Amino acid sequence: MSAVDHPAPRRDIRERFGFLRRSYAMLVKEFIQLRRDRVSFAMIVMLPVMQLMLFGYAINTTPHHLPSAVLLQEESDLARSVLKALENTKYFRFLYEVHDVDDFDNLLKSGKVLFGVEIPRGFERAVRRGDRPALLVAADATDPVAASAALGSLGMVVQTALAHDLYIGERPEMPFEIRAHARYNPAANSSLNIVPGLVGTILTMTMLIFTALSVTREVERGTMESLLSMPIKPVEVMFGKIIPYVLVGFVQAFLIIGIGVGLFGVPVLGNLVLLALLSTLFITTNLSIGYTISTLVQNQLQAMQMSMMFFLPSILLSGFMFPFAGMPAWAQYLGECLPLTHYLRIVRAIMLKGATMENLRFDTLALAGLMLVAMTIAVTRFRRTLD
Amino acid sequence: MNGGNGIAIDVKGLTKSFGGREVVHDLSMQVKRGSIYGFLGPNGSGKTTTIRILCGLLTPDSGEGTCLGYDIRRDAEKIKRQVGYMTQRFSLYQDLSVRENLEFVARLYGLPDARGAARDMIKRLGLSGREEQLAGELSGGWKQRLALGACTLPNPQLLLLDEPTAGVDPKARRDFWNEIHALAAEGLTVLVSTHYMDEAERCHEIAYIAYGYLLAHGTVEEVIAKSALTTYTVTGEDLNELGAALTGKPGIDMVAPFGTSLHVSGRDVPALEASIAPWRERSGLHWQKSSPSLEDVFIELMGRSKDNFQ
Repeated sequence: MSAVDHPAPRRDIRERFGFLRRSYAMLVKEFIQLRRDRVSFAMIVMLPVMQLMLFGYAINTTPHHLPSAVLLQEESDLARSVLKALENTKYFRFLYEVHDVDDFDNLLKSGKVLFGVEIPRGFERAVRRGDRPALLVAADATDPVAASAALGSLGMVVQTALAHDLYIGERPEMPFEIRAHARYNPAANSSLNIVPGLVGTILTMTMLIFTALSVTREVERGTMESLLSMPIKPVEVMFGKIIPYVLVGFVQAFLIIGIGVGLFGVPVLGNLVLLALLSTLFITTNLSIGYTISTLVQNQLQAMQMSMMFFLPSILLSGFMFPFAGMPAWAQYLGECLPLTHYLRIVRAIMLKGATMENLRFDTLALAGLMLVAMTIAVTRFRRTLD
Repeated sequence: MNGGNGIAIDVKGLTKSFGGREVVHDLSMQVKRGSIYGFLGPNGSGKTTTIRILCGLLTPDSGEGTCLGYDIRRDAEKIKRQVGYMTQRFSLYQDLSVRENLEFVARLYGLPDARGAARDMIKRLGLSGREEQLAGELSGGWKQRLALGACTLPNPQLLLLDEPTAGVDPKARRDFWNEIHALAAEGLTVLVSTHYMDEAERCHEIAYIAYGYLLAHGTVEEVIAKSALTTYTVTGEDLNELGAALTGKPGIDMVAPFGTSLHVSGRDVPALEASIAPWRERSGLHWQKSSPSLEDVFIELMGRSKDNFQ
């Protein structure tokens, strides 16, 4: 007894594309609805413009325990003492000790360290001879707040520390010269740091809200009842609702970066294609999280509240407002769970340092992981019935 | 038709509770293929819940059955392909136009030519010229027609219509029912819930459900006959006073004013006759024994079920 009277093979072929077909139906519908919703449309454009204009400067804090690397080109007691003295300043924490210039550069470029200290070959001998050799300190100044405080205090602090430590005694003069080098953002121009940061922040906010409302809106308007009575699967609803906004996110990202480059003179040193690809990943991650929120809440108001609860920590703990390295460990762990944290590293690294995929592997994987977790929760949480 | 036994819906012992309150109680019913089955009962009687169980939107707490030959518990997805469900509240997208709504449905169900199917349906619904109008801007009657069009678009075998004509003017209601009869003539099975007696009388079979219990079912004639109700229609003056005097007398189950007349009904004929005897000869009153209307039967059923279950 079969209630299906269509010829079987034809149905099979149609069924194979059923997933795409139904997702597409959903996608077209969402696009039309978005186009008709003038307020949302205005938000897509107005939000980034307003934010960019409002954020003049960031709040200043004094970071400490900044992740640092040392490029050691000679093994000597003096070199060790200098490093110890630097570490004692509490500004630096040496995580890596490398002997190769390329390794050193890569660490800085990938954002694993914010500071690098280079002790040149023959350093100790030169000091004894009184040659005042240079001690190179390279700082990642893409985040000028974090970098400038440490750089500014460097000279004084090191001198006092060394005076105690070394046999050089009470000599009034430094036995060597500290040559600080602010990489990537030599002028410590904070808009260089803020603009890429804003790309991430604005995308988080808008993407989150759009999809957080999407399912609850259907429930509240009563359309969910007929949608559920039709043969569409939760995954298909999800893709249909997410994909249109990926494009919206793209438009926003272009707008912000465009204004940043045009108005604030922010450089884009890295590969634009890579930036676009990883931005798409970030956008999709946020959309998935928003969509997950909408499957967890009862109405649109709750959806907004929950989005805000996610958005605030994103701003505060991601390194957008305050230097990431300056936060206590627990906050850093929390920060690592937020997509914005990883995207900020990505977008700053690509725009300001010209980083490549090699340098960004960890953050990319983290984003993809967060996206998959969110999508899985959303699909399992999506209710197929009205029970 | 396929499906073998000619039964579209066959369910037994359906029970569903929400928050400890039983909304549908031990409900069994059979609906023949190609028939129009009316679902009647007061508000909150469990009609909507039953319909939602049938189309897989709710899972019953207990009970079993088939819908179009598919198990209602296991095969909800298959049932959804063959069933058109029209919700009580307008549930198409208000911010989509008539055409866009229909195309959305056509694409979801995988009709080979979504645009063409939508165009044909617009013509059939008589909505030509309004296809670009937003669904939310249509009048009540047109909204209902569009909703019916959307759920018949994928060529379902069964239509579940939940109070489709609530708040629609009589002309639009009549058109709507003509359409339903036309669809049934094409072999579609239709289960429709309603509050209107004239609509109930246009169904092949009806079921009366109150407070979760199925109280009566069959053709209109069967339901009336089974009620064993005798009705007197009284016309004349001071009917309000008469009504008040008769209410609650032995043998009188129901007194209901109908415009300029009063319906006095009861199942116990001798007791009924005895109670009305003092008034029979009063001048200015005209008594006529008649068979009860469907409405009499339902109001009486409703009154009785209220006593029993509340």
